[in-house]
Order: sequence, then C-alpha cells, then structure tokens
Amino acid sequence: MDLSTTYLGLKLKNPLVAGAGPLSRDLDTLRHMEDAGISAAVLDSLFEEQIRHDEGELDHYLTQGTESFAEALSYFPRPSEFTKGPEEYLEYIAKAKAKVSIPVIASLNGVSAGGWMEYARKMQEAGADAIELNIYYVPANPALSGGEIEQMYVDALKAVKAAVTIPVALKLSPFFSNMAFTARQLSNAGADGLVLFNRFYQPDIDLDTLEVVPNLVLSSPSEMRLPLRWIAILYGQVAADIAGSSGVHRAEDVIKTVMAGASCVQVCSALIVHGVKRGTEMLKGMESWMAEHDYESVTQMKGSMSQRNCPEPAAFERANYMKVLQSYK
Amino acid sequence: MTRRKVTIDGNEAAAYVAHKVNEVCAIYPITPSSNMGEWADQWSSEGKTNLWGSVPSVVELQSEGGASGAVHGALQTGALTTTFTASQGLLLMIPNMFKIAGELTSTVFHVSARTVAAHALSIFGDHSDVMAVRSTGWSLLSSASVQEVMDMALIAQAATLEGRIPVLHFFDGFRSSHEVQKIEQLTEEDMRAMINDELVRAHRARALSPNRPVLRGSAQNPDVYFQARERCNPYYTAFPAIMQKAMDAFAKVVGRQYRLFDYVGAPDADRVIVMMGSGAETAHEAVEYLTARGEKVGLLKVRLFRPFSADAFLEALPKTVKSLAVLDRTKEAGAAGEPMYQDVLTALGERLNLGTLPFAFPKVVGGRYGLSSKEFTPAMVKAVFDNLAAPAPKNHFSVGIEDDVTHLSLAYDPHFITEGEGVIRCHFYGLGSDGTVGANKNSIKIIGEETENYAQGYFVYDSKKAGSITVSHLRFGPRPIRSTYLVSSANFVACHAFVFLEKFDMLRAAAQGSVFLLNSPYGPAEVWDKIPRSVQEQIIDKKIKFYVIDGYKVAKDAGMGGRVNTIMQTCFFAISGVLPKDDAIAAIKKAIKKTYGAKGEEIVKKNFEAVDQTLANLFEVAVPAAATSSFDKPPVVSAQAPDYVRNVLAKIIANEGDDLPVSSMPADGTFPTATAQWEKRNIALEIPVWDEKICIQCGKCALVCPHAAIRIKVYGGALLKDAPPTYKSMDYKGQEFKGMKYTVQVAPEDCTGCGECVFICPAKDKSNVKHKSLDMADQLPLREPERANYTFFLALPEVDRTAVKIDTVKGSQFLQPLFEYSGACAGCGETPYIKLLTQLFGDRAIIANATGCSSIYGGNLPTTPYAVNPEGRGPAWSNSLFEDNAEFGYGFRLTVDKQNEYARELLKKLTGRMGEELVKGLLEEPQKDELGIARQRSRLFSLKQVLAGAKDADALNLLSVADALVKKSVWIVGGDGWAYDIGYGGLDHVLASGRNVNVLVLDTEVYSNTGGQCSKSTPTGAVAKFAAGGKSLPKKDLGLLAVTYGNIYVARVAMGANDNQTVKAFLEAEAYDGPSLIIAYSHCIAHGFNMTEGMQHQKEAVECGAWPLFRYNPEMALAGKNPLKLDSKAPKMIFSDYAMKETRFKMLTKSHPEAAKRLMDAAQKENLQRWQVYEQLAAINYGDGQDGHHE
Repeated sequence: MDLSTTYLGLKLKNPLVAGAGPLSRDLDTLRHMEDAGISAAVLDSLFEEQIRHDEGELDHYLTQGTESFAEALSYFPRPSEFTKGPEEYLEYIAKAKAKVSIPVIASLNGVSAGGWMEYARKMQEAGADAIELNIYYVPANPALSGGEIEQMYVDALKAVKAAVTIPVALKLSPFFSNMAFTARQLSNAGADGLVLFNRFYQPDIDLDTLEVVPNLVLSSPSEMRLPLRWIAILYGQVAADIAGSSGVHRAEDVIKTVMAGASCVQVCSALIVHGVKRGTEMLKGMESWMAEHDYESVTQMKGSMSQRNCPEPAAFERANYMKVLQSYK
Repeated sequence: MTRRKVTIDGNEAAAYVAHKVNEVCAIYPITPSSNMGEWADQWSSEGKTNLWGSVPSVVELQSEGGASGAVHGALQTGALTTTFTASQGLLLMIPNMFKIAGELTSTVFHVSARTVAAHALSIFGDHSDVMAVRSTGWSLLSSASVQEVMDMALIAQAATLEGRIPVLHFFDGFRSSHEVQKIEQLTEEDMRAMINDELVRAHRARALSPNRPVLRGSAQNPDVYFQARERCNPYYTAFPAIMQKAMDAFAKVVGRQYRLFDYVGAPDADRVIVMMGSGAETAHEAVEYLTARGEKVGLLKVRLFRPFSADAFLEALPKTVKSLAVLDRTKEAGAAGEPMYQDVLTALGERLNLGTLPFAFPKVVGGRYGLSSKEFTPAMVKAVFDNLAAPAPKNHFSVGIEDDVTHLSLAYDPHFITEGEGVIRCHFYGLGSDGTVGANKNSIKIIGEETENYAQGYFVYDSKKAGSITVSHLRFGPRPIRSTYLVSSANFVACHAFVFLEKFDMLRAAAQGSVFLLNSPYGPAEVWDKIPRSVQEQIIDKKIKFYVIDGYKVAKDAGMGGRVNTIMQTCFFAISGVLPKDDAIAAIKKAIKKTYGAKGEEIVKKNFEAVDQTLANLFEVAVPAAATSSFDKPPVVSAQAPDYVRNVLAKIIANEGDDLPVSSMPADGTFPTATAQWEKRNIALEIPVWDEKICIQCGKCALVCPHAAIRIKVYGGALLKDAPPTYKSMDYKGQEFKGMKYTVQVAPEDCTGCGECVFICPAKDKSNVKHKSLDMADQLPLREPERANYTFFLALPEVDRTAVKIDTVKGSQFLQPLFEYSGACAGCGETPYIKLLTQLFGDRAIIANATGCSSIYGGNLPTTPYAVNPEGRGPAWSNSLFEDNAEFGYGFRLTVDKQNEYARELLKKLTGRMGEELVKGLLEEPQKDELGIARQRSRLFSLKQVLAGAKDADALNLLSVADALVKKSVWIVGGDGWAYDIGYGGLDHVLASGRNVNVLVLDTEVYSNTGGQCSKSTPTGAVAKFAAGGKSLPKKDLGLLAVTYGNIYVARVAMGANDNQTVKAFLEAEAYDGPSLIIAYSHCIAHGFNMTEGMQHQKEAVECGAWPLFRYNPEMALAGKNPLKLDSKAPKMIFSDYAMKETRFKMLTKSHPEAAKRLMDAAQKENLQRWQVYEQLAAINYGDGQDGHHE
C-alpha cells in the first residue's frame, strides 16, 4: 500500500505531518515523531514580535538603572555574545536536520513588512526544507478594507518568496470575505502551499481578576469540518498544494481530509493529548481502512471527495445549510 | 613595536595585567574596586588565558577577610594569586597581609584607594585605607594615571617575584579607577619580557607540598620571635633597588621610564611639592605651567612609598630646594603629622644627623588635600607653592576646603586655570536613565581611537537611585591629559533634560563663546522664553552659541523611548567639529554596532535611525540681545525649612556642597532626621490620581509605596471646611471609625512615578474596567493643586494609635510612616518593608543598618528619610559597617536592657519619693500593645515631673536612663549580602544570644548596592556578576538554619504575595521576647524587569515555590503546638514561568542556553523538594513534647 504523497514538492512517505506546536521544540520528541511514522515536521513558529521585542527587552532591562549610581554602574555581567532568539531558532533548525531525516519545515509567524522577514533566508541557510509563513493577523482596525488586508498577505508572501528558493507555504485563517478568491490570489502570488486553517488563540475573560487572559484550547475533532469544506472547494481551483490543519485526531480524519483534496494533514493537538505514538496508531488505522476498502494509494483517494469530484457538490455550499436544519426535524 | 591604543578606565587597566599574570583571583565586591574582579571574572568565563595559556580561576568569597584568607592559602600552595579591594575591604585583609608579608610571599594586590569610614562612610577616593596598612610590611606602590595603573601593575608583579615582598599597588578610587583615558595597552610580549618564569617556578617551589613537607606559621615565644622578625630586614633593604630594576627593565621594553621618585619642574627649584596618586598629575600640569612662567618650583612624585628609600628620595630632589610641602591624601587625627610628611622629615633629619644632607635643611610643611575625592586643582597647587613662599608657611594645612574652625586651610584663587589651549572641555548633564554616560564613554572611544587626540572622561553620579542625574566631564586634546580634576571651564555644555535648567546653575562653568546644547521640547522659535532668566543672562553675557533639539521626539519616532543618548551624541559631534561630520556619523554607527550588535539587529537599526534623524532636528537659536523671562530658578528648599536645611543641606542639594565651610559640618557625624521632606525632587512624569468613587479603602496603595508618597488618613469630617478646592474625601466604610472621612493622598513632588500603587490597586470601575481607583496622570498640571492638597492632608491629625487595628494591612497604613521620600530606586522592593517597620514601631525604634542599599538611601546626604512624628519621636538610626551589623544592633539591645535594669533598680530605691503606684505601674506594665505603651509613656512623664529639679545622684541618674523604661524596639536591618555572606557569622551569634533583637533581611538575592554580584542568597539559575554562567547551586536557606535553634522567631515574607502575613509577621517578631528574623523578599532593579510590577513578581515567586511563606513562632512550641506555620500554598506555578519574566534568569537562556535549561529544571526540583520538607516539618506533632510520631 502506498501512503506517500507530495507536498510543496517534497516527497513525503505519508500524509501525516506534525503541525507547528510545542512538541517540535524538543529534539528528542522530534525524533520520536519520526519514529512514530510522522512524515514531516513543521517547527514551532519564530514570531516577528519575538525578534523585535526580545532584543528590545533584553537591551532595556540590561541597561535599566545603569550608569546612574556610582557604586552600581551596571547590574548584570556583560557577556560579549548573546544567543538572540532568532539565532537560537536557526541553530535549532540545523540541529533538527541533523537529528531526523524527515523534512523539516521552519515556521515564521508575523504580519508586517520588516527586517524580521530576512530570517526566512536565514532559515533556508540553516537547512530548512520549506518555510511555513503563518500570517496571524486580527484586523481590528475598522478603517482597513478587506482588500487592503489581502494585499498585506500578498506583500508578505512576495517578500518571503523573494528571499528564499525553498518552497513557501502560507498558513491562513478562514476569515476572508471570499476564501476561494484569496486562496487563488495567494497561489498566483507564488504560494507553494496553503495550510487551512490557522487556529487563533481566542482570549478569555477572567471573572475573578477582570482581566483578559490568553487561553490556549487544544483543537477538537469537530473543528476539522471548516477546513474540510474549504479544502474540498479549493481542490483543483488553486495551483498550490493544500494541507489540512485543525481537528485532525483520528485516522478517519486524515482520510477525509485527503479525500477532500489535501496533500497532507497537520496534526498537533492529537499528539499533545495522546502522545506521539498516536501518529503510529493513525497511520495503522489508515492502512487498515484503505485495505478494507481496497484503496491502493493515497494518490488514488486525494481529492476524490472534493467539490469537483463528489456526487453532491452543493453539499459544500449554502444548500447544505437547509439540509442540516431539516435533519433536526 | 606598535601597541594598541585603548580607551579604558583604571580598573580595567589593572585587571588586564592582573588577569594575565595570575592563576587565582579571590575576590569580594567593594566600591570602587568591584569592577576589577568583575573584569577578571568575565575574562575567565570567556576563556581568556593568562601568560601561561591557562584560564585564571576567579572565585568570590563571603568577605574581604575571606578573600584574603583564600589568597593566603593559594599563595602558600604556590599559585600566583591576587585580589582587588579598597577601604574597609583592605582593612579586613590586614591580619592576612601581616602573615603574607611575614612569610615573604610574592603577590600584588590592586587597590583602588578609598576613604575609610570615620564620622561617615564615603565611597570616594583618598589614601586613608592604604595608610592604614603601612605596618603590615607590604610594599606600597602608587599609580597616578590610567596609563600608570597598567604599567605599575606589571612592574609590581616583576618586583614582587624577585624581591619576595608583597606589593600593594594602589591608585585613586574613582579618579583613577573610573576615569576613562586613552592609553597604550601593554602586549603579552611586554609581559613575557617582564615576568621571569624562573622566579615564578621559585615561587611554586616555596609552596607547601606533602612531597617536601615543611611547617610554616609556627607559634614562637619571647626567646626567638624578635630575632625571627628581624630576619627579613635584608629583603626590605634590597627591595627599592629591585623595584627600580623592574622599572628600568620596563623602560627598556616599553619605553616609559619610571623612578622610585620622579621629579618634574625647574632643575633649580627652590619650592617643591612631594605627593603621590592622581593629584600628582594635576600638580605636574600646574608645575609645567608655572615653570614656563619662570617660577622656580618642582614636584616630586612618589611611586614607591614603602619601603621608603631615603637615598632615592634625596637623590631625586633638586639640590637647590629651600622648602618642601608634603601633601598627604589622608588624615591621621592626633598624629604629629600625616604619614608621608613624617617619612620625609625622618629621611631629611637622619641625613642631617649623619651630616650627609646635600643641601641646607629645608623648610618642611605638611598638608592634607583631596579627602573623599575632594577636588584638587592647579589653583590649589599654586596655593601650596604660594604658602611655601611665605615667610612663615602654614604647617599641617589643608587645601581645597574652607576651614573656618581651626583656620588651617590655604586660600586659593579658583580662577587660576592651567589647561592648555586646544583642549576641548565638555559638560554633559544627563538623566541616569537616558544613557548619557554610556554615549559619552563611546564618544571618548571614538575620539581616542579614530583621531590622534587624547581623550579623558570622568563621570559624576548621583547619590539618589531614582531620577538620578549624571554629569560627564570630557576632555579632548592633542597632548596627554593630566587634568585629574573636574572641568571647571567648559567650551561645550549639553543639557540632556530640560528640567535641569530649573535645578542647577549649569552654565556657571561655561566659558566665553562656548556652546550650549539643550534637549528641549520647544523649538528654536519658542525656547527662549521658556528658559529661566539667569540662564538667558549667562547666554548673552558669555556670548554662548545656543542649540536645541527635541531629542525625546526623535528618540520616540525611532522607537527608542526616552533614551536620547545617541541623538545627543550625534549633536555633539555635529556641533563640536572634533571629527568631520560624515566621519563622526560613521564612527557613531560603528560604536552603536559594537555596543548593541550583540543584543540584536533591531536595536542597532533603531539607533541608526535616530542618528539619521538627528541633524534635521538640530537648530541653532537666534539669541536676543536681552533677557526676557520673568521667572527664574525656584529656591532649592522651601522658606519654611529649618535653618540647617536652608543653609547647609540646600547647598548640597544644589550641587554646591563644595562651597560649605568646615563649621557647617557636625563635629561627630550627627545629623537631624526628617529632612528628606524638604527636598522636593519632582522627578515623576506621571503621578497617581485617586478616584474616590470606586475606592474600596484597602490601603494597599499606601503599603506598597516605596517612597511613602501615597498615604491614607481617617479623620473627622468637620476638618474638611478648610480643604483646598480639589481635595478629595469619602465616607469611611469600616465600623471602627464610623462617621469619619477617608482620603488617599499623593505627595506630588515626592512621588517617583513608579506606578506600584496603581498596579496593586484592586478597585476597578464596574463599567470601564481599565479605570481603577488609582490611575497615572501627567504630573505637571497636578503639581500645584496636589501640593496644596498634600499640605492640607499632612496637617490633618494623625490617627490615634491605640484605636487602630494595627494587625491589618489597612490599620497599619493609618499609622504615620516615619521613613519617607528616600533616594531608593523608583519601585524599590525593600523600602515598603522599612516603611512598615517605622509605621508599626518607628516611635520607639533604634535601627542598626548594615552597609548597602538600605544604608545609602537611608543615610546618604544631603537629606534623611527617617522622620519624626508630631511628638518628635522617630527612629534613631546608625550604620556601623557591612560585616558587623548584627553585633552593632545587639549592642543597642545590651544598652537598652542594662539601662532598663538600672532604671528599675533606681525606681525601687526611689519608691518613697515617687509613690508606690507610679513605681509599681512602671515596673509591671507589660507594654504588650499601643495602649500599654501609651500608659507607660504617661507614667514616664509623671516620673520626670516628680524628679524635675532634683539634684541628688540617684534622681539625676534615673532621669538619664528612665527612657529605657518604655519598651524599645531594636531593629537590625540589612541586605542578603550582609545576612547570608559577610555578616552571617555575627548574625548567627546574635540570633543565638537569645536577646530581644529584631532582624530584618531585605533579600534581593544579590548584592544590589554594588551592582548585582552573586550572594549565597542568589537562587539557582540566576545570572549575577561572579555567576555569569548562572548560579549552579541552591540559595542558602537562612530561615531554616535559624529555625533549627528552636528559640528564634523566624518569618519569611513577601508583601506582594501576602501582605496580611507580612504585617502579622512584623508584629509577632517584635512582640516575641527573644531574637526574631524576618526574611523579606525584595524585588530589585538588579532582577531586570519593570519595577511597576514588582509585587506581581513577589506573588509569583511564592506561587512557584521559590519563596515559600512561613512563620516559625517558638511560643507555639511552648504551648505544645507546631511552631511552623506555612503561609503559602504548595507550588502550583512552574518555576520557569516565573523566572522567564526576569532578566536575571532569562538572559541565561541567551548567554548559556544549555545551562539555562539544566538549571531551570534543577530549580524546579529544588522548589518542590523544599516545599515537601517544609510541609513535613509543619506537620510534626509537638503534642506531648516527647514524641513527634503520635497524634
């Protein structure tokens, strides 16, 4: 049985890719993921803010109160070299490449044009097989039109593409007026892949302290429906490869996502909750399902249930709405 | 050979050589020598090697006593070993120094000579420490400049290896240790050429070794000790020649020739000054100036003071000398004369006796100058020569001050200036926080390294840690700069903060036709009318070219916040023309890259942008022909201030303390307290504003305020009739003062703007949660109205102490703080505890304060934060030393107890006169609470009335000790450097004494005052100086150590985590009739985070288990209960989640990522384990006092 697939021009032994998340922060875990059968790993993101603020913060607090008082002209030793956040990340890419043989995809998370984008090139130099550009943007400015926001995405993508020769995937949120239009626009602008979708950390309110608190909730299987729909719609309509992300927890989820048209799926929460071994279980589950249903390869099933190929194309659109409502009767 | 030109300070110069020619450095931080140890530590941690290719081992000890012991041991076992110290630190080394010299051990100690504390502590420079070790038998070698520091460090090492006499190489604290100069750096080859490896191996061969065992350090009896002591004489006789030989060898290798005594001046001089240290550079400059004008004067610079070579001395003196002035930078009260004066007289007298004096016996006078870095200028040198020219020269004179008490001072003409033409002299007034000094250090490097010019920088810092002001004194010129005094005639004056115009007379030193650069929010068209009239007049009179730039705007636009350093630096280069503009900008950028490159590209970029934007924003101001402003600098202190404050302290505040005469100073170092209230510093840009509508009256704002600048009061509503218009109040909500009014009031001019009160305020607006009962707002528009409000507030009656629920946070905050407006950092984590102490017990407290931050913000002139209540009572405070504070406070208790006992004896004796009831009351009052104390005070009042006018001894004696009948609260306060390290032995002994003393340890987990060196309190994983790779061992558990005694009250508190527990712990500790120890978590600027959030960090330190809260009350054990009560919950937060918010931990992830990971894990485990141990201890059953295992 052939589980292999191609994503961003990379030949993957199966469609199960580890998504960006805390697990890839540790080299040993990365190795365990490879052992568990995971076919590629997206590293934890390097954040624009991390690049900008870490430096500023370190400088600020190392100099705070210095050169003011005769007895304490400084408060810290002066190491002549600091590992800057980005450098640490770049070193990590190199270490990861040495540790595992599966492709390593570096992730760059940011939104505005600026010096931080140069790190894409450095990621390539450090050995990354591809870059996943995660444009995490919450448009809170009511004066900004959808078109302008989409242009920001295009600009950011182009800037990164111009800096590297390795493939670049774009991780998107679902919040566009016309997802299909945006996806095609980005694909045309050079995106080698689209990762659908990014999960925003939605803030919460702490009623005891009356503070807005960040709240990280792991994905649940029901969340895969949203990407599933859009993968199915976009399949065949954009040149870029598509990766499914959000809510993939079981073998069936992988199969569904591939059938909708994804080249691969990214798993993260499932591995955090159930451990890395979950990858092996999912792959085994896939194989037995495929054997049971006489599928020979992943290629064979890819896109088989996309909007283009499925028996009931309207199900992915508005018509489905009525059907769902009626099903409760 | 071409040697690198480097621009460094004296400490770095000494450390550079010391690190190269030693194998072991055992050190302990003390200003101004700490940096030498820090350099050595840094170089070793970076793997830099010594001459023999090995990385020297640098270790920190618990005190200088300890460091000298370790040095002695390392030397005795054959390692080339050194240490760096000063002042009291050197004094602590004396016992070992006697031994090291007695055993003829080759070593060099590098000492940045500093004042020894007498009537007061001083961190500044003079030779009183060096002179205090004269009898140890060490060679004393003096350097006068930064170049000499580097040279002599090497010469000393060569000489000690050959001559076996240990050498104390010293240079003036701050003036040489911190002065930045362009010098020629010695190369490794130079050092190789000077250090004879055979002598190094001979040193090793003398070492203790079991393979060739010997005994050294015997005890000797009257029969032989004396002979043995005399046995070393040949070594001392030979040593001056050996030192000269090393100097000659150095001259061959490097080219600079030194002699034991170096003479400069007229070859046929009749008047000669003899002196050593940095002052000799100034004298050299003055002598050159005077001889060029035909004066027959000269200067004899002393290099090798001990062993004193009379031959070399006489050899160096011109034979034409008629009179000599020997200048000592020390005072030996009661001596026949200062040390060098006596040595010179002895040398001359002996030769006279022998008949070999090559000239007639000259007039010899001795004088003192420069104590505690007092300015020593060419004008003073001239005054000394003028004195020598007088028919009856003044002897035992002082110069540089006005002695209007004993009239020993020489008058001098301050307008006598000898600085040559072509020297650019600059003043830069900066805020500590704006990076001025750092930028100036860069400018010196740029000019020193990019041009042929010589460059010098000296920096005058503030004695306040919040809102501190720095004055940089820079000189650049084509010839070496010998001016070891402040710039007194500046041709460039830069003011980096507009508000300074109202505070200092900064154009006082501006020369005719000089340049004045002002960082101003007002543009060239409008600035003129915004500056005080006297400044306008100076600009016009002195024909000053006036430039402005809105540096804050440029900085803000470039994303650099308030750091205007590179902007003002660019202006300086643009205006001064020291370098062609483009070269200057390129050089500035290169320096920026070097300074910030290690920290990241973004910072470099921001700075570049600031530089690029600067010139477009720099404008020359067209100076009108006449002054127009109708306002001028406000008076330094209020006219209501007491005479002493107005006449003396105000001068010091205004930077004019040098003008004060001797008579204005107390004879014994005693100062009035409660003077900080007169120093209105107005340093906050924003201050808190109270919204009474949503206040919940918790009192937390007042509790956490480090400066007592926000207070609460409860009072009768009728008093409000005279309130100023914007004064706010609300009904009091509690039962205890029902019907009264409540106010939270800010002291607008004393607040430092740290925002801790706003951060802690829990009262939020229900409809707009970001609005709290306290919000920050611009200070300027609030200053006038809030000043009136605060004055009104202060005049309201203080609360009745007997009516307050003192054991609650709010109750404690109704009590008047008797510690206010100190010079501590904005957001200081220590001072809220001290303030609480003074609120609870200040009216009967005596405080012994270990040297450190708390002694500096508590006791540094000009003003004193310890205050008095309306009855005139308040804390009495003193600082003895760093190491002996527990013992010092213990002495307080001994007196209080003894006098109490004696008073009781006398009371019993005098019962007949005073009445049984009064005596019984005085003897039996338990004074357990405020009411009891009030009753006792009232009885004391009666006692004094009864005995008033009595003439008999018993009555007079009773009157003199009767105050001891009112319970005194003895407090021993200090930081962790004292309690965990240098003072631990004494602390342990005093705690074990069983006496009723209260110890408050303000634990910042690092030596804060000397700039963040590691202490035994530093926790695992924290970066500190001397622990650059992260502290690898756990923090010492001082609390648990004290608990093991069983009879000591111990509390570990963190106000930000549990303020209620803090208040209770203070009360219990004080009430406990025995020793008490409170260890208080004190967040600190040395932790590296936003101080506004200090209390949150305290909370998280507790939540992650790094700082478990507990109280151990021995009285509970007496009652059969477990005395240990845990006041915090089991750790629930991961240690690194807390730690990564503080630079002290986080920077390790950047500098040593792998160590950071390992140490974070280790710390996490430690915290959990410690908690488990505590939990088990707290669960032990004390039930029947026999067995801990039964229920």
